[in-house]
Amino acid sequence: MSHLSEQLASGRFVVTAEIAPPKGTHLAPALAAVEKFEGITAVNVTDNQGANMRLSSLALAAQLQQAGTETVLQLTCRDRNRMALQSDLLGAAAFGIENLLLLSGDHSKFGDHPDARPVFDLDSVQLLDMTAGLMAGVDMVGNALNGVPHFFPGAAVNPAADPFELMFQKVSKKVASGARFFQTQSIFEYKNLERFMLSMEPLNVPVIAGVLLIRSAKMARFLNANIPGVQVPKALVDRLDRAADPMSEGVAIARETVGWARELCQGVHLMTLGHDDKIPGILT
Amino acid sequence: MIISELKPLEELQQALSEFDKLFLVGCAACATACKAGGEEEIFKFQEWLVAQEKEVTGSVVIDEACHIMRAARDLRHHKNAVRDADAVVVLACGSGIQSISSTVEKRVVGGLNSMFLGNVRRFGHYEEMCSLCGDCILNETAGICPVTTCAKGLLNGPCGGMEDGHCEIDAELECAWCLIYERLQSQDRQGVFARRVPPKNWSHRRKPGRYRLKDGER
Repeated sequence: MSHLSEQLASGRFVVTAEIAPPKGTHLAPALAAVEKFEGITAVNVTDNQGANMRLSSLALAAQLQQAGTETVLQLTCRDRNRMALQSDLLGAAAFGIENLLLLSGDHSKFGDHPDARPVFDLDSVQLLDMTAGLMAGVDMVGNALNGVPHFFPGAAVNPAADPFELMFQKVSKKVASGARFFQTQSIFEYKNLERFMLSMEPLNVPVIAGVLLIRSAKMARFLNANIPGVQVPKALVDRLDRAADPMSEGVAIARETVGWARELCQGVHLMTLGHDDKIPGILT
Repeated sequence: MIISELKPLEELQQALSEFDKLFLVGCAACATACKAGGEEEIFKFQEWLVAQEKEVTGSVVIDEACHIMRAARDLRHHKNAVRDADAVVVLACGSGIQSISSTVEKRVVGGLNSMFLGNVRRFGHYEEMCSLCGDCILNETAGICPVTTCAKGLLNGPCGGMEDGHCEIDAELECAWCLIYERLQSQDRQGVFARRVPPKNWSHRRKPGRYRLKDGER
């Protein structure tokens, strides 16, 4: 049992953070950054995040796991067909990785290889179904596995998505397909999170709210223009614009969001994008 | 129909650099309809070739360049002009180009890029709605194809990139899953949302496609 699954089961508020694998083979900075994380239950390892090619998430997660850091392996459908997804999952199990965040993945268009052919042989619901199958000892075509993996599969959701009901249809499918926890897209508005958590109640699946550290109004505008599913409301952009010290303001905003998560959710997922030293400030 | 467009002229200039005399082939079907390889475009292309100091030995617009036998027959009617040319330039889709390349001895230069199977919204506006996957789900999705019109071809609902009912890859593009959802609602049915759609059977799309009518169907 992973710590993440145990803590969520026991009702303890969990904190996850994330690390992006390097562009290249130099792992030391990523490993050192994770060493400094404090009070974190598990660290998400992103998978060619934003469709930018980097060292494989599985490789970094395996290293972290062996160094004693619990990871959440992110795995997207963008770059692998169903065979590659299954073999990567079995590989992950061999390295002791249990927590998974199973995603469709941002379109290749957004990254540094826009000419790449996006795969999407499976979608995130089918990926969850397949993972449940592996855990039950069979591959996608029903062949028995010699050695069965144990996973704690999670899925992603954007609680602010509109139309809400359409987004929630998919959430229900993900739960039916074996999602045991959700990590959300960055939260910026209390009312969106509240509405979402109300709908989640009958499903009884823990939700870890995404909290993004926004360092400046400029960054907020960049996110709004370039990152799928992220819309920083104007009120927050204005607040960062007016702030004498935008970084402290960003930390304050993140801290408020963590407060909402403590009230409504089962944990927070901190996305500090390299400013890991701000984590204690966000969590106080 | 197959939507195609003229290759960049610089690329064609390069491809034609070793030839002096050319025979031109157009197609009266799709390439004519999308103004890439009809009579008018063949004429314009001929003018461009002359400006490049090439000689055009003749031209023909074949009824359906994708019909291998008919293309061969039509070309036979121009065998002298074809014989006099160093190469044959084809302004047709990739299928048409290959009908010609399989029937003439001469080098064949394709002049168009083929893009997609397109619907006509209005003249000059084409949209891809079907990707010929061989495993059609339209009856469950209110007649809107997610395999094609969802940028990721997702089968179980929208991705996290949906913003205000629009697609993450193009804010002008409506999210296919949003359209499916709205139309199913207006028809008062659940359709595809009633089940978890299993992974698609891509073996129907195995390349190269081959299909033969059975004896009784011909």
